[in-house]
Amino acid sequence: MIKYLPTHEYIRVEGNEGYIGISPFAAKELGVVTYVDMPEEGDEVVAGEEFGAIESRKAASDLFSPVSGEVIEVNSALEDDPTLVNADPMKNWIIKVSISDPAELDALMNEAAYEASIK
Amino acid sequence: MHPYLPHTPEDIKAMLERCGASSIEDLFADVPEQLRLKGGYRLDAPMPEAEINRYFRSLGRKNADLACFAGYGFYSHYCPAAVEAIASRSEFYTAYTPYQPEISQGTLQYIFEYQSMIASLTGMDVANASMYDGATATAEAMMMAVAAGKKRRRVLVSATLLPAVSQVLATYAEGPGIILETVNEHEGATDREALHAQLGAGDVAAVILATPNRYGILEDLEGLADEVHAAKALLIINTHASTLGVLRSQGEWGADIACGEAQSLGLPLNYGGPGLGYLACTHNLMRKMPGRIVGATTDADGQRVFVLTLQAREQHIRRHKATSNICSNQGLMTLQAAVYLSLLGPEGLREVNETSASIAHDLVERLCATGRFRMRYPEREWLNECLLETAEGLSAQTVLDACLKRGILAGKVTGENEILVCATEICTPDDVRNYIEAVEAL
Amino acid sequence: MNKQLYSTLIFELSRHGRRGHSLPGYGTAKKFVLPEKFARKDTPALPEVEEPAVVRHYTNSSTNNFGVDTGFYPLGSCTMKYNPKINEAAVRLSGISDLHPATPDACAQGALEIYRRLQELLSEMGGMSEFSLNPYAGAHGELTGLMVVRTYHASRGEGAVRRKVIVPDSAHGTNPASAAIAGYDVVECRSLPDGTVDVEDLRSKLGPDVAAVMMTNPNTVGMFEKNIPAIAEAVHACGALMYYDGANLNALLGVARPGDMGFDVMHINLHKTFSTPHGGGGPGAGPIGVRKGLERFLPMPRVVRGDDGMLRVLDDSTETPFERTELDPLGRVSSWLGNYAVFVKALAYILSMGKDIEQVGPLACLNANYILNSLKEMYELPIPGPCKHEMVFDGLRDKSTGCTTMNVAKRLLDMGFHAPTIYFPLLFHESLMIEPTETESRETLDVFINAMRAIAREAAEDPETLKNAPLHTPVRHPDENEAALHPKVTYQSLAADEV
Repeated sequence: MIKYLPTHEYIRVEGNEGYIGISPFAAKELGVVTYVDMPEEGDEVVAGEEFGAIESRKAASDLFSPVSGEVIEVNSALEDDPTLVNADPMKNWIIKVSISDPAELDALMNEAAYEASIK
Repeated sequence: MHPYLPHTPEDIKAMLERCGASSIEDLFADVPEQLRLKGGYRLDAPMPEAEINRYFRSLGRKNADLACFAGYGFYSHYCPAAVEAIASRSEFYTAYTPYQPEISQGTLQYIFEYQSMIASLTGMDVANASMYDGATATAEAMMMAVAAGKKRRRVLVSATLLPAVSQVLATYAEGPGIILETVNEHEGATDREALHAQLGAGDVAAVILATPNRYGILEDLEGLADEVHAAKALLIINTHASTLGVLRSQGEWGADIACGEAQSLGLPLNYGGPGLGYLACTHNLMRKMPGRIVGATTDADGQRVFVLTLQAREQHIRRHKATSNICSNQGLMTLQAAVYLSLLGPEGLREVNETSASIAHDLVERLCATGRFRMRYPEREWLNECLLETAEGLSAQTVLDACLKRGILAGKVTGENEILVCATEICTPDDVRNYIEAVEAL
Repeated sequence: MNKQLYSTLIFELSRHGRRGHSLPGYGTAKKFVLPEKFARKDTPALPEVEEPAVVRHYTNSSTNNFGVDTGFYPLGSCTMKYNPKINEAAVRLSGISDLHPATPDACAQGALEIYRRLQELLSEMGGMSEFSLNPYAGAHGELTGLMVVRTYHASRGEGAVRRKVIVPDSAHGTNPASAAIAGYDVVECRSLPDGTVDVEDLRSKLGPDVAAVMMTNPNTVGMFEKNIPAIAEAVHACGALMYYDGANLNALLGVARPGDMGFDVMHINLHKTFSTPHGGGGPGAGPIGVRKGLERFLPMPRVVRGDDGMLRVLDDSTETPFERTELDPLGRVSSWLGNYAVFVKALAYILSMGKDIEQVGPLACLNANYILNSLKEMYELPIPGPCKHEMVFDGLRDKSTGCTTMNVAKRLLDMGFHAPTIYFPLLFHESLMIEPTETESRETLDVFINAMRAIAREAAEDPETLKNAPLHTPVRHPDENEAALHPKVTYQSLAADEV
């Protein structure tokens, strides 16, 4: 299951874990990603609040978490090559979290709703 | 016609015609009548150059020409003639921020050189080129550390920082709601035990200290970085730049951010401005650093070239989410500092410090020998600036006034009986003798 | 400008043992020895170069630069006017610059006179009661001005409730950034299609929680905010203050004064309106002015004239600034009294202009309108003129060629001009913002206009060439993505990489 925030973050849910990244639309709009500011493993994230930032030459955007929970992994490959986000935003997630309240997922947009929102 | 204004009446007529206007007034039809300037400014007729020269010369005479034994954050060092010669090239000084790298390599290159020199002097990985002065650079360091410290709000500030720096920190801290706490001093240096206790209370984003400090004292910061880092806080050390030619650098003390005043690197005193703030940090804080940063890259022809980089952090893109509102770089002063450091090299900068310190120690010894002064903190080490206490019944102001009569600025009076005395390599034996004689005559 | 790139770094000229200095310093009986504990371990990586090589290095480097003295610099919103040479000469006169800031007031009357005279002249031209010259730059002036606003509201017991600052969406990025750093929540207000503030939208955002409204007039699209009297009235009615960003004050010299428009607090960029050089990015100076009644909220230290006619530095700054309460006066924003050397230059300029300074605004606007009317056939003009001191085009009129504002800007470099400000303001996709200033002659403008027209023709006839611009600059198409992806910001990291 993949869900979205209006601010273009997605969460791909697998069991009670989720992979959070930015949508292909957002990656395209940003242009070449030059840096991803990520939290550390063990940090808490809160639904709707910032957990990091993503920069390109022309923009710097905050990253918002779709759910609350704990960061269990950060995608360290992005430290060496942030352009992986451009190459495949869905495969190259930014953080992996344990979802503390699955009910929060209900408030997020599904794929169809998100696709409609960026038309 | 005024020499800066090229418009002849014929030009104006032809240009108005192109604009479809009958008078310049037409172009201001949208400015409501009630807002118009009535009767012009109360200003005199244009002043010819000769008169302007005369005017400023007369003002110059109202500034006393003094042998300078004052420091207090601003230092009177010798500046080689070549520094001003280079800084006077109008290709440099009439340019603006290097937005177009294709035609701004001159500016970009000297900023890159300056960044490299500051990084090396401070022992840090990266430096910017954008701080106004030492006090605001320290304030930017504080805000940067708080931004990096996520939700931590407390910042511990040593009582031994120059008062002006603490005052600027206080002014800047209020808006973002940063909680500043003083770390008390003990015998002229930061009280490490007090600091330890304050760190223990938690929630500390950063600790800010200075060495040499407000009394000229060199603080022993051994083991401090470990202690600060164990509390998950960042260590900020303020040092006036010239002394880094000999002093253990901020990087060698284990600091995360180095900052301070760099006026001492070849800038005139200019009655306090422009100075030059510097800010340098470790690699992992680079993207939290405010201001302009120049980086190297290659161009279409494979040449090594320089560009402004990491701009996404900045105010023109981040707007109200930016970590700083700085939008200039201190171009001309960074050029002066870069040329100064190029001419001096590591040996020259060492020589400046050793000579200054030798003269200062000689002066202080002789001043104390008059019986009219004693060192306020005799147990402490210092370089070229030292806090003296006047003998009983003698006020510091009396000393200052007596010396002024002989053309000597004796130091900075910092209290009823305290005067902070400083010497640099430009002080001559005559200056020192005059100083001693003025004191002996009291 | 030299077409050859001079790209050697000073570090690459370094040879161990060379020296470029002859320092003074008499021998003392004892040589000071720094205790081991405080001594640096490594030798700083500074170059060792002889003086002739240093001078040649920086001279060559300067020929790869472009300044106002090199050619036309129509950078919108930056007021790149001529920097008179008497300004520079004045600073170098004996007794002017070699003055320590801790010099007692009685021995620094000349410097204090410079400060005081400039304060008075700026008050006259700004229509304000008093100025502080302490802020170091425009952005620093904004921040200080907002601190003045905060201190004022706190003095009335409203510090905690007035949390918002309203900024037009066309504002320069420093406005919202300064407001945020001063601790305010930033609220944007909309612009109308003609580029001026939407008064209705602004009114709807006013309330008891608003501290100030920040405006630039003329605004960033070069239009005069003609509704300013109504705006000021509404803002004052809700108890908030009007802040004037002096970035575009050049347009109004001799025309109107911010104080007369209802602004309470303002800053001036001396490096724009008052001709002090931009210095490759600094030093600037951003003095702030306040209307009558707000003088006591200005920062410390201040320069005041005593009853005896002596000028004195007033410094009420406290020794325990961290215990400051919001009712105390605003403290310090600078180590000393601001960028004094810049004040000397601005004062020299104002004296040399005298009453003729009243022609500055009108002639700057004439120059801008001349360009506007000469280019509007070929470039998209979203807001019809007349403009004030600058105008914004939304790229080329003919969008079918695929040529962008970036291409136009880069082609101008080939033709010997600096580029205009591009992609700002954010109101348009292809913003191209041109500010000629009053010191440019009709002939210079004609050459520029012809170049702009030639570029527009090239877009239609040979768009591929235009898209490849610049073609003739010493540097072409630097890889800025690479610079951001793998930052190399010191010689040390560069050298490590090349090994």
